[in-house]
Amino acid sequence: MARYAVEVKNLNRTFTTKAVRGKSKKEIVKALNDVNLTINEGELFGLLGPNGAGKTTLIKILCTLLLPSSGEARVLGHDVHKDTNAIRQKINMVSGGETSGYGLLTVRENIWLFSQLYGIPSKEANRRIDMLMKELKLEHKKNSKVRTLSTGLRQKANMVRGFMTDPALIFLDEPTLGLDVNASRLIRDFIKNWIREKPSRTVLLTTHYMVEADELCDRVAIINDGRVLACDTPDNLKKLIHQDSVLKLEIRQVDNVTAFENIAGVRNFTHSNDMASGITRLKFILDDEAIVADIVAAVPKSGSKILSVQKTEPTLEDVFVALVGRGLTNHEV
Amino acid sequence: MKFEEFKKPTWFQMNLRAVWGRAYPRIIGVNRELSWVFFETVLPLLGVAAFVYIYKALEAPPQYIGYVIIGGAMTAYWMNVLWSMAAQMYWEKEIGNLELYLIAPISRMSVLGGMALGGMFSSSVRAISTIVVGIVIFGISLSLPDPLMFAGIFIFTMIALYGMGMMFASLYMLWGREAWHMSSLFTEPIYLVSGFYFPVKGFTTMLGNPGTWIAAGASIIPITLGLDGMRQCLYPGNTDGFLPLWLELAILMVLSVVFLFLAKYSLAYMENLGKREGRLTMRWQ
Ligand SMILES: Nc1ncnc2c1ncn2[C@@H]1O[C@H](COP(=O)(O)OP(=O)(O)OP(=O)(O)O)[C@@H](O)[C@H]1O
Ligand SMILES: [Mg+2]
Repeated sequence: MARYAVEVKNLNRTFTTKAVRGKSKKEIVKALNDVNLTINEGELFGLLGPNGAGKTTLIKILCTLLLPSSGEARVLGHDVHKDTNAIRQKINMVSGGETSGYGLLTVRENIWLFSQLYGIPSKEANRRIDMLMKELKLEHKKNSKVRTLSTGLRQKANMVRGFMTDPALIFLDEPTLGLDVNASRLIRDFIKNWIREKPSRTVLLTTHYMVEADELCDRVAIINDGRVLACDTPDNLKKLIHQDSVLKLEIRQVDNVTAFENIAGVRNFTHSNDMASGITRLKFILDDEAIVADIVAAVPKSGSKILSVQKTEPTLEDVFVALVGRGLTNHEV
Repeated sequence: MKFEEFKKPTWFQMNLRAVWGRAYPRIIGVNRELSWVFFETVLPLLGVAAFVYIYKALEAPPQYIGYVIIGGAMTAYWMNVLWSMAAQMYWEKEIGNLELYLIAPISRMSVLGGMALGGMFSSSVRAISTIVVGIVIFGISLSLPDPLMFAGIFIFTMIALYGMGMMFASLYMLWGREAWHMSSLFTEPIYLVSGFYFPVKGFTTMLGNPGTWIAAGASIIPITLGLDGMRQCLYPGNTDGFLPLWLELAILMVLSVVFLFLAKYSLAYMENLGKREGRLTMRWQ
């Protein structure tokens, strides 16, 4: 019987922000809006969405830190309302930018402290910490105070903290947030190896880096404004938009791109200006290839000139743009 | 990478480890922040020095100098309860520790208990240093004919006081900076009404009946009767005590139970409220 590591049914979560006297009215935010999801045991599952999409809210509910407003959520077969302790024994969580611990203690002591909340005998805890530190290339810092660590090393220490308890399911909330290429790579490789080692291990990872979701995840749910818009393998998601239907255009810089809006047959359109080289980059997701001509014809209307035309294979970013209606960041095209 | 299996600890062992884990930074901290200990020993002494000289000038009975030194030593615990218990939770939340404590499979009381034990230890180092320095500088003498009673009073003062600290800690969990203001607000008045600088019976002597009511009201704060009891133990045979020793011990025992119960109850209540309102964590991202 296939067991679900996570099972979420019609999950809603609203927040009421208190009115600040004289400033704003009481505001209701729907952070999760009728979310339905299942994550299989052994899966590396990604939640991909922009800021405020509801990713962290979902993780908090599954970690037993937050109650749903309505709906059901089960983690490793246990209800998040009732069986909190059973869940807590089997999970752990690491967030990007996490600053936990005590400044007075060394990295190793801090992680040891958290191991004691899981009843791990000190000797075994320290053995695990040393092993993980070695694997994450943090060994040389084990006796440094946490406050002396750079962002990257800090995040590695957080990873050691989370994985040391050998959880059956780990929640990674933007684990590579703000890290450089090398540190991100190391952490991604670590996650991949970890899940491969034991078929019963499950990871739920949130990210707003497309490449990360594409590269790491078995399945990805695209989430925006509290709603799951699509959920499938990265390859299947890309098939949602037909191949060859992404058109990239470089034109001489223009400030006004209205000429390209509202062209029939364009599902989505994004643009960015490269001031340094005086180029405007345009990207279109097309419903129909025949309209390439219409787009090309629109260039002179905008008062510009074509520098290059390129048709590409869709990326996860394109899928995202097609579904959400905008890119994750303003700059990526 | 292979982790070794270990025998699954019982619920009790697990929570004991958690208590020890949480107490550790506070215990080790004493060692790593020796300069602090120095300041926190000397500063309370500066505070009491003024009273010592006033008592000397007024030719107060000699035990009064001992009283005020004991009071000065006990400020370490009161400060610790206000700043490192009550106001601590806000900080733990901000730094991101609270959520990690809350997702762990342990009783939340163990975390607070560890905080309390660690705090008692580090404050004791300060309190004892204050007494020792007081003995050396002001030449006070103490006697301890009934060490058992003294131990009883001290231990239950600690349990009740830190029980109160744990209760505040949970109540402050969802408050933000208000916790800080409350703690500052509580510092000085309690020094006065709990009798840090003079025995609370002094209220009766000075104000008559209403004074007795002040002392009785202040007794809700465990340090009031604790101080009074310890003074009675260390300077037996005087009539400066507020209530009979046995009664003070009994009240402290009751306060211990009450505060621990209230702490557990308010902790569960606040955690639940926090989970419903989404106020257990600072960072939304
Ligand atoms: N405790 C809270 N109180 C009030 N509003 C909240 C709370 N937590 C989240 N929100 C709101 O709910 C929405 C979803 O937030 P959430 O943190 O889940 O987003 P996210 O997908 O994790 O975003 P990010 O990429 O910025 O981390 C946001 O509009 C946020 O402001
Ligand atoms: Mg988030």
